[in-house]
Amino acid sequence: MANLLPIIHRLLGDSLLVSAQKYPSKIVVTTNDGEYAYQELLDYSVALAGALQQRGLQRGGRVAIYMDNGWPALFSLYGVLLAGGVFVMINPQTKADKLAYILNDSDASCLLTEVHLENNFVPILGGLSKLQHVIYAGKEKTFPMSAISIEHFDKVLDKVSRDVYVENRSISNDLAALVYTSGSTGSPKGVMHTHLSMLFALNSLIEYLRLSDEDRILNVLPLSFDYGLYQLLMAVHIGATLILEKSFAFPTLVFKCIKEKEVTVFPGVPSLFAILISSHERSKLKFPSITRITNTAAALPADFIPTLKDIFPNALVYKMYGLTECKRVSYLEPELVDRKPTSVGKAIPGTEVLLLSRDGNSVEPGETGILHVRGPHVMLGYWKQEELSENMLKDDVYPNQKMLCTHDWFKMDDEGFLYFVGRSDDIIKTRGEKVSPVEVENVLYGIEGINEAAVIGVSDSMFGQLVKAFVTLKKSSSLDDKKIKKLCVAKLENYMVPKEVIVMDSLPKTTNGKIDKKRLG
Amino acid sequence: MTIESNIRNYILENYLFTDDQSELANDASLLEKGIIDSTGIMELVFYLEETFGIKIDDHEMVPENLDSVDNIVSFVKGKDSN
Repeated sequence: MANLLPIIHRLLGDSLLVSAQKYPSKIVVTTNDGEYAYQELLDYSVALAGALQQRGLQRGGRVAIYMDNGWPALFSLYGVLLAGGVFVMINPQTKADKLAYILNDSDASCLLTEVHLENNFVPILGGLSKLQHVIYAGKEKTFPMSAISIEHFDKVLDKVSRDVYVENRSISNDLAALVYTSGSTGSPKGVMHTHLSMLFALNSLIEYLRLSDEDRILNVLPLSFDYGLYQLLMAVHIGATLILEKSFAFPTLVFKCIKEKEVTVFPGVPSLFAILISSHERSKLKFPSITRITNTAAALPADFIPTLKDIFPNALVYKMYGLTECKRVSYLEPELVDRKPTSVGKAIPGTEVLLLSRDGNSVEPGETGILHVRGPHVMLGYWKQEELSENMLKDDVYPNQKMLCTHDWFKMDDEGFLYFVGRSDDIIKTRGEKVSPVEVENVLYGIEGINEAAVIGVSDSMFGQLVKAFVTLKKSSSLDDKKIKKLCVAKLENYMVPKEVIVMDSLPKTTNGKIDKKRLG
Repeated sequence: MTIESNIRNYILENYLFTDDQSELANDASLLEKGIIDSTGIMELVFYLEETFGIKIDDHEMVPENLDSVDNIVSFVKGKDSN
């Protein structure tokens, strides 16, 4: 291994090379089906990297990972990185049409997946021009013949010898990942992050979360969500242990796991903390091993905090704010959580933020401005979307540089602490996930019998916002709200499906004939 | 209505938005099929408690009891006879 060992971390995969050298027999991850050591993760990843290279993966080539949280997802991710590829994590809840969109948009040549998702990936294989290989985990089965090769992981990894692997020649400003996120245009966009931007963000997060190699970090969030992904990246980077759960669907199993594995870090989102609090009300919970809990994706209601301190008597509470385009913007020092209960803190270490008016002038403390972010964590842009990228990356206050315009309204107090005011676009945030109203509207318009559709977010104490749809029907249509929801379930991830569908005779219009969403709700 | 048809109808109506019985196999994993997720399971627990007058303890909220129609039916029946 000596020839693989980097002196400093230049590439995201270097985290694994260094940690496997330092802690070969230490557990890197525990999952439902077992525990795996750093050396094992390295061996599997190198084997997969070689196999991907054998199958034609070049430096910078995209590989999609469409899997549940589990061991195969881990070595898939590091396998792609060590091969010099760019990984694209796709939420396993994603349905066929959107999966096809992302595979085509990213020009992925290889799809790493699981057999239980076959109903989504098999039907679309005929329509993917760039995809050449599918490798799947889970039970082995025979697939119908197609132009695309479909192989089982075990067969692929058995056949590959260690000498096949060619060392990665990527440099730090090469792409490491495309992170797909919902956008106001309705189609998901691939946020381009380089090795540099991701390593920078990692180190900044590790610093303020005060993580060490002794931490045992719980992750129940999907690895396709950058908040979930970074739990893995951080754990591997510092040689800690990740306690990986598929989801929070059976909270009791997660609670048991926290106790058994003596978890020290608990990353959550408000909807997850709400479930935790409602379980606590049914029967008391106490997790003394946890020393840090973190929240992002939506504001943590201030009245959650006393109960959370009951459940986690030894934990610091971190309130954070971020967006995929720069991973994380700000965090509040946990010691200040009572003094600044509604603030999301200050810029993360090594970065800075500015509040500017619409015409680009700085605003006074207490006034509302648009949040701009400067730092090495800012994305390169959206994959193949120049116009959308220009809308987010503006000329910096210093010449020849770019900064990120978040399009979010914020205020800053006299001491420089940030307060979220609202979004300047109509993206809905529900259960910690971004939902583009246009994406949901497009699905509604695709339903035979729907005449007009408008989707808005309505505020909700548990979920942040709920997706609510208003539709009018064609005269002949026999649709009702249930039938419409059912058709949405077939096309959209669960969290995007409208919680409520209201059938109306007509929708309110503005004077120039557009649907007036302000009068809905 | 039997316990089984009651539970089936609840899941079909509230998670699959349909009355088509063929869309739900009694042994299908509700989690793996994406029928329920983290918030769904608590709703299901509240529904079962209310409908069948049972009290479900935290340690009983596990896949063996709740992750398919079959599992839920035998769990509820076991609770009833206690």
